[in-house]
Amino acid sequence: MPSELNRPDHRIIMELIPAGASVLDLGCGTGELLYMLIKEKGARGQGIEIDEQAIYTCVARGLNVIHGDIDSGLSDYPDNSFDYVILNQSLQQVRHVEPVVEDCLRVGKKLIVGFPNFAHYSARLRMFFRGRAPVTASLPYQWHETPNLHFLSISDFLAYCRNKGFRVERREYLGNGRRVLKFPNIFAQIGIFVICRR
Amino acid sequence: MEGIGIVETKSITVAPPGGFLLECGYKLEEVEIAYETYGELNGERSNAILIAHALSGDANAAGFHRGAPKPGWWDKMIGPGRAFDTSKYFVICSNVLGGCKGTTGPASIDPRTGRPYGLSFPLISIHDMVNCQKLLVDHLGIEKLLAVAGGSMGGMQVLSWLTRHPARVRSVIPISTAIRHSPQQIAFNEVGRQAIMADAHWKSGNYYGGPLPARGLSVARMVGHITYMSDTSMCDKFGRQRKDYLNPCKFDPDFEVEGYLHYHGSNFVKRFDANSYLFITKAMDNFDAADGRSLHELLKGSSVKVLVIAFKSDWLYPAYQTKEIVRACKLAGLEASYCEIESTYGHDAFLLEIEEQTRLVTHFLKKVYNGYEVMSEYAV
Repeated sequence: MPSELNRPDHRIIMELIPAGASVLDLGCGTGELLYMLIKEKGARGQGIEIDEQAIYTCVARGLNVIHGDIDSGLSDYPDNSFDYVILNQSLQQVRHVEPVVEDCLRVGKKLIVGFPNFAHYSARLRMFFRGRAPVTASLPYQWHETPNLHFLSISDFLAYCRNKGFRVERREYLGNGRRVLKFPNIFAQIGIFVICRR
Repeated sequence: MEGIGIVETKSITVAPPGGFLLECGYKLEEVEIAYETYGELNGERSNAILIAHALSGDANAAGFHRGAPKPGWWDKMIGPGRAFDTSKYFVICSNVLGGCKGTTGPASIDPRTGRPYGLSFPLISIHDMVNCQKLLVDHLGIEKLLAVAGGSMGGMQVLSWLTRHPARVRSVIPISTAIRHSPQQIAFNEVGRQAIMADAHWKSGNYYGGPLPARGLSVARMVGHITYMSDTSMCDKFGRQRKDYLNPCKFDPDFEVEGYLHYHGSNFVKRFDANSYLFITKAMDNFDAADGRSLHELLKGSSVKVLVIAFKSDWLYPAYQTKEIVRACKLAGLEASYCEIESTYGHDAFLLEIEEQTRLVTHFLKKVYNGYEVMSEYAV
């Protein structure tokens, strides 16, 4: 079977999660990542997803998925229910970021966060020279149709973790599908972090 | 896709040594159980699925009884190639204890008196219904059911299997149901019961052989039907459409919706026993899947797989109530899937929204039956 992992962010998350881990994927979509984690890594996986049609695809993939929003779906879980909670490309879309992140770190021993970098140079150029809100590869939406509620940069997120006292265990940066090693806040379209409580 | 075709209700009489003990302490010497089966039990006896029916259902879940104009109550979900695929699975459905379609109930003959039980029939519970189903499953030689599925009161039986007999099921599919009734649900049931008991023909349940409490039962059913639909589905179906003839009496039904309720009310009388209605609705009201405890406490350590389904416009068993089951699974660490299907049909949706339920049930059962190793087969 051909690998389903067409998305570079998924490939990185696959590398970050050790075999046999228990995983909660918040906003799991059609379950592509969760499916591969179970199949390739022997993970024990649970997804939460808001879109009804995506639920059918998840169930067709044999996944455990719960229909609901991230904001309210987390609170039912006891502390440390999962080794990893994944919040990939959904942090910027949740209504109340702080309680969700707090709850993720309560429910999971570690949290993997992935989000589009609002300070990528293409966004900066568009903003600076054209005076237009950023529409980039990782932020593909016009201002009137975007599902994103929060706009943050990699530096913003790291500052937030510092303020909150979260430990950033791993940081991975992606630009044009490749790892970015220098000046990530300028050259990375996506940042992926493993964080935990101190 | 062709359905099952012609089916027949079978019956067994079971007399467990020492009697069939009910939760209330009463012992029935023997119970008769009416049931139907579809498909073939495999050699390992590992492909059996029990379907539990709702308040007014019966053992005829699928296929046609000879000469019947309509198939069983969940026919579109059960059959070759359907959600409960009878070319793969052995599907069982039995009439509940307390019912009136062949299983022992208040209209059955009390062996001690030689007359129908009537109100001397013991107060039964949902758990008793399930214990009765267990007798049937034992009789069929099935140690572990692949799944137990059902909507509404059927879903309560599913929860009873999950909490009381977790070792006997590999998976459960509760649909549009509740861990326990809310005051609103109890209230609607009470109106139905009062309507029956207010009928002069009811005679404290001793109406067998005489005129039936038809008006009372019919009103009970009318109230029921209102709660099974939604505001939207009623508007779509009836609007304010009037019937096209002049009524001789001022308060005869004018509107289509009134005619609909009258039709279903009086039809129900032909096929349902009023005392059964009293006993079964009481069993629903008294039901508590967790027996006063938290459901998640009972589920801790269980390995039963769970698929929970609810519908958006269902206000009788609202999704937030059904979702309590999901919450308990989360707390107990059970593998669970949940979908709240978009529908305007109200509580009736579990009987009508076939396509979406089929998508969920088909794949869920496949996974439970085959395990993860074949997952790649259904990668989308």
